[in-house]
Amino acid sequence: MAIKESIQSNFQTMKWSAWLGWQMESNWTNPFKFLVYTIARPIASSLILVVMYLIITGGITYTDQFHYIYVSNAFFMYVFWVLFGITWVIHDDREHFQTMKYIYISPSNYFSYMIGRSISKIIITTFSIFITLGFGVLFLDIPLSLTAVNWPLFLLVMVIGLLSLISFGLALAGVSFLTAKHSGGVNESIAGIFYLFCGVVFPVHILPVWAVVFSKILPITYWLELVRRSLNLGVGVDTALAGTSTETSLIILCVSTIIFTIIAFSIFFLGDHLARKKGLIDMTTAY
Amino acid sequence: MIFDDYEKPSWLMMNLRAVLGRAYPRVIGVNREPSWLFFETFLPLLTVAAYVYLYKALDAPSQYIGYVIVGGAMTAYWMNVLWHMAAQIFWEKEIGNLELYMIAPISRMAILGGMALGGMFTCTVRAVSTILVGVLLFNVTLSLPNPLMFIGIFIFTMIALYGMGMMFASLYMLWGRQAVHMSNLMTEPIYLVSGFWFPIKAFQADGILGASKGFWLGAAASLVPITLGLDGMRQCLFPGTNDGFLPLWVELIALMILSVIFMILAKLTLDYMEKLGKQEGRLTLRWQ
Repeated sequence: MAIKESIQSNFQTMKWSAWLGWQMESNWTNPFKFLVYTIARPIASSLILVVMYLIITGGITYTDQFHYIYVSNAFFMYVFWVLFGITWVIHDDREHFQTMKYIYISPSNYFSYMIGRSISKIIITTFSIFITLGFGVLFLDIPLSLTAVNWPLFLLVMVIGLLSLISFGLALAGVSFLTAKHSGGVNESIAGIFYLFCGVVFPVHILPVWAVVFSKILPITYWLELVRRSLNLGVGVDTALAGTSTETSLIILCVSTIIFTIIAFSIFFLGDHLARKKGLIDMTTAY
Repeated sequence: MIFDDYEKPSWLMMNLRAVLGRAYPRVIGVNREPSWLFFETFLPLLTVAAYVYLYKALDAPSQYIGYVIVGGAMTAYWMNVLWHMAAQIFWEKEIGNLELYMIAPISRMAILGGMALGGMFTCTVRAVSTILVGVLLFNVTLSLPNPLMFIGIFIFTMIALYGMGMMFASLYMLWGRQAVHMSNLMTEPIYLVSGFWFPIKAFQADGILGASKGFWLGAAASLVPITLGLDGMRQCLFPGTNDGFLPLWVELIALMILSVIFMILAKLTLDYMEKLGKQEGRLTLRWQ
């Protein structure tokens, strides 16, 4: 009975914190402006790469390399927005809105609250990715065919990949419990490292040898490669990953996600414990 | 009485002190928190490196690597204008400083001018570091046959850009969370149209927009001063590459005109928004 109540309570917390996250992201303006805002950023971000590609290749978009760049960059939005978004929740709640202490003294579980806030980030980012891919299909000849997609692999990879990203976010959130002035810098550094080393806008084999080795220990590298394979777009462009089978890539992604999830949860709970012990839950630094 | 001995400084002196006083925390902040210097140099380098490798993967001409490094360095100024000029007023309102500025016997332009000067200093440290590390890391050759033109382009880009930042700051004065989202909205779209990662003349290529549409998009984007500034600086640093949007002297004159226009607009919008804010009681509204 107690377990059932606990599950129900945590589910309620997740549901309402996801709703809160959605409201915070969207109710600052009217729905039309919010729609424009949600569409403009990802499209512009993709078009930067499109123009960079087109000026060098002279307007050709039907190459595997172009599809590789476009799809990887679209899905990388999850990395940036989910990772950055989760961590910023700590900073925003504690410093800006000063509501963190009230959430702590409510019957809600703060971990469940964070998961709920992550879900709202994932939903908004999913919409942006959907728009970006749709734009690519309609205007840039991206040959995304729904019948050619390996749906079981795609769904499996998305679940594992998003779990991995939420874990990264929670680990950084754990660090953010204890810091104020470095949250932004640390988050952006991690996202920047993934952008550079995980084969987002160029194949990993272009990197120096030491960097290829580094990129092969990052789960995001395998996640993006598996997303490309499941969508059947940009496959085989990266010779550094072409030799790794889909099954092997999936196993590496699963194992690294499990290991990192354990580490990330530990970091989160340690940060939470230390923040309470040091009285940092209601810290305000005007930063 | 202590007030009898107080010699009131002139209007000019008070405002100069306000400029220096507001610039001071920005300059000194770099020394107080050295880790920021690391992050501010290191972070743009990650994106710069990613785009350099993208151009390498595409076998792009070597000057494109230089274009990316210069563009990456200049992102510091654009981010500074968005977050530390425009959105700064929003933060000042949130933490309660805005009302102190309002009751101080100084021009609001002096406060914004101080923010701009301090911001320019920290951004220049970051931009120079990015260029130095980028040039050394990717073995890029820069040449500067016309340093006076480069200096002129840079100075007027800064005046026009921070004038625009001051204008945005006044527009942001009445906003709540919209301020954060507007700054977000003006990041990637401006990177795209202003050619931070490629020359804006690229829009005129046949495979992209074509000569006419590409030119007019570039012309419209030139209303953001950093567009012409970046293009001009690239023309100065990579002479003979034929990727410039307009002749250098035209870009310099355009930047001079933009400098005057944005400074005037900044003053007008600041006065108007302050008046509106007082009428509607929104200058001290927090947590919107």
